Amino acid sequence: MHADPKGVLTGVHFLDGDHACCEGTLAAGARFSAGYPITPSTEVVERFAARIPTVGGVFVQMEDELAASIAIQGAVWGGAKAFTVTSGPGFSLMMEHIGYAVMTETPCVFVNVQRGGPSTGLPTLPAQADMMQARWGSHGDYGIIALCPNSPQECFDLTITAFNLAEEFRVPVLMMLDECVGHMTEKVIIPEPGQIEITPRHLTQRPPEAFHVFEPGENLVPEMVQAGDGYRFHITGLTHDERGYPSMNVEVQDRLVRRLQDKLKPLANGRALCETEHLDDADVVVVSYGITSRVAQRALQLARQKGIRAGKFRIIQAWPFPEERIRELAGRVKAFVVPELNLGQMVHEVERAAAGQAKVIPVSHAGGGVHNPEAILKAIVEAAK
Amino acid sequence: MRPLTEIRIAGFGGQGVILAAAIVGKAAALFQGGYATMTQNFGPEARGGSCSAQVILSSEPILYPYVTQPDVLVVMSQEAYTRFTPELKHGGILILEQDLVRVDRFPDGARVFGVPATRLAEELGRKVVLNVVMVGFFGAVTKLLDAEALRRAVADSVPPALQKLNLEAFDQGYAYGAQAVGRLAEHGEVDSLDALEFL
Amino acid sequence: MSEFECVMEIPEDARNPVEPFLRMDRMPHIWCPGCGIGTTVNCFVRALLSSKSDLDHVAIVSGIGCTGRVAGYANLDSFHTTHGRAIPFATGLKLANPKLQVVVYSGDGDLFAIGGNHFIHAARRNMDLKVICVNNLTYAMTGGQTAPTTPGQVISATAPYGVFEPAFNLVQLAEAAGAAYVARWTTYHVTQLARSMGEVLNKKGFCFIEVLSPCPTLYQRRNKMGDGLDTMKYYKEASKIRHGAPTGECALTKSGEIVVGKFVDRDRPDYLELMRTQLHESLGERYAEPEAVCGL
Repeated sequence: MHADPKGVLTGVHFLDGDHACCEGTLAAGARFSAGYPITPSTEVVERFAARIPTVGGVFVQMEDELAASIAIQGAVWGGAKAFTVTSGPGFSLMMEHIGYAVMTETPCVFVNVQRGGPSTGLPTLPAQADMMQARWGSHGDYGIIALCPNSPQECFDLTITAFNLAEEFRVPVLMMLDECVGHMTEKVIIPEPGQIEITPRHLTQRPPEAFHVFEPGENLVPEMVQAGDGYRFHITGLTHDERGYPSMNVEVQDRLVRRLQDKLKPLANGRALCETEHLDDADVVVVSYGITSRVAQRALQLARQKGIRAGKFRIIQAWPFPEERIRELAGRVKAFVVPELNLGQMVHEVERAAAGQAKVIPVSHAGGGVHNPEAILKAIVEAAK
Repeated sequence: MRPLTEIRIAGFGGQGVILAAAIVGKAAALFQGGYATMTQNFGPEARGGSCSAQVILSSEPILYPYVTQPDVLVVMSQEAYTRFTPELKHGGILILEQDLVRVDRFPDGARVFGVPATRLAEELGRKVVLNVVMVGFFGAVTKLLDAEALRRAVADSVPPALQKLNLEAFDQGYAYGAQAVGRLAEHGEVDSLDALEFL
Repeated sequence: MSEFECVMEIPEDARNPVEPFLRMDRMPHIWCPGCGIGTTVNCFVRALLSSKSDLDHVAIVSGIGCTGRVAGYANLDSFHTTHGRAIPFATGLKLANPKLQVVVYSGDGDLFAIGGNHFIHAARRNMDLKVICVNNLTYAMTGGQTAPTTPGQVISATAPYGVFEPAFNLVQLAEAAGAAYVARWTTYHVTQLARSMGEVLNKKGFCFIEVLSPCPTLYQRRNKMGDGLDTMKYYKEASKIRHGAPTGECALTKSGEIVVGKFVDRDRPDYLELMRTQLHESLGERYAEPEAVCGL
């Protein structure tokens, strides 16, 4: 299916990442957003609030992030594609409803424009320190999808991907921007609607009497339904059976929670979104994501100029982590260098996947700015020795 | 377009600093086939007080997003002048709002241009277009971008009702800049002007 | 044959008239003997019948707690959400799909402690939601702790020497926050309660009904107030119907008078109406109605 032309601002624009992300939501078919102001993410919903009344849809500013993150899920069950936007402190509050979206398999998108933490931290400056919170921040065992754009153009493109993946897998998809990407203005090309692929909601065709709201298909994903269509369905955050009824026993818990994780396995393996360069002859591979991947690219250029065989592995989809790819590389490279705007988060995943087959060298940065490319270069030089 | 040019535009809130930077970036990225990355300083200090934006122009994709040592510095307030002049690259261009900035000592190796942008804007009837006067002046003295690309970026960045005024402001600033360059040429300083190409 | 025996003669195929409205495959429910929640559900079903609601377009949203389980038993599109968040979930549901009649059915702890902020803001916006609060004056599901509604002097699991903090007067709070309709009944007043519920199903805007209900297991027992039947007797004796009473005079106490009735019934434009008016005014022809595009 192609994008609904009403939401697509076809053309060449000069936009910051937050505004490009908003255009991505509209192109993806989002017609509902609930938000609560927080720097540096608010521009996304400010633009949505300005744009949506002429496209046809609703923006509502809620009383807090708890409300915003559950209002979007009410909207999804009412039939809309919906999202919310936040940063650090608000993301912490939204953890409750990331869990609810996981448990009720509500397709929706959370945008987190990362700033420095912990707590109020650095409201106006970048960090990438919410990566583990994105993966594990809500209680219980679960899986989510997280994408890391590194430019305003990708804020547009990947937001559409995020909505598509949300519909395909029925999970919350987290757009993990950072303040730098969110507030950086560059050229953004928005294609014709006919060139934008949209995954429509997979609404069941079965009659109500033959339909169970959480009965998985072959891909382990149940068919969707919406309120008002006569299905009289029930959803709950409690452990539930295929009918959506609460069921407090070991078997139902095991079946449900395993499925919620297993349905995402295709993304951890073959389909993992990433961008690679010079891996064929690489001795050292720099693994990076978001804004850091651009700084790392500069370091890679400098390393190649020095004659070091350095390769690039840019994580676009941070979760599920592309572990098969890293494991395979670990068998044939000397070392991984992992720069990130935190004191060591994704580097642990790289270590886990490398499983001792290659050295893993973190290049940490507490946030508030980006790395000096020289710092990454120094680690590459060390790693190549 | 040169491989990489770093520009900082700074002043105080309400002068249209961010829009000026956006016009420059847009001209390069949308109307001249190059790349541009604009960033700006946010936060409490950006709400009314001092205000600064950074643009990087390049003929290749831009990786590192921030300006480290500007080739061109445009300052529209005394505070911006004091704060940012020390970071100007040796041999770089310093552009001043000459009525708002009092220069105590010219930085070594910099080529300095002054323009009464606010006054020129007032002569057009609207003080708010001083930023676009400044963009015109910037275009003429730096020659980094085609005048036509900048003009199109101006037209593309303001509401239709204000297009005519802003284009006049741009032309005014550009003409003022061209005169300044002409005067330098008469004094046989053409070579130093072209030096920017080799920074 | 006595008259009594005559009534008890039930035909083989007889069904309780409320059955079609319930998920009978989930019976028996989890509520204790003497609990009032089931009574309120019965009234709600009768209200659905009397209001001639199209049941395919009625959605029910609950939070967490004993009353939070109502959504699970109602044979409607039903949502058992997170603790305190039934109202914001219902807000999204209503705004995305305005043709739905959205009912929020939850308890006092859920709606007024953890969810208190959502309640006042939904009332302020006059969101078109029908909020039914079963008020048993305690956190029942977790074992009878102090709630924001627990009256002074009451013994609770977390106030073993008696509650000393002031309680919310829910009807006053609802009125002050902007609700279009505010009523209070007890589970003794089944006819009036069903009528009120029917009324709000036909009224636009944020409507609030408080239903005082016994929790014999945790509230009444701990406070030596007898069982469910004793509580009904108390409700009957202590209740005074005072329609239109100033809500500021309707605070509840441990064993004092219970003022019941309809206190507020006013017409205010609801959120969607305000939104449409404003956007029409600002955007004119450029404004696009949301309903047409929300189904994807």
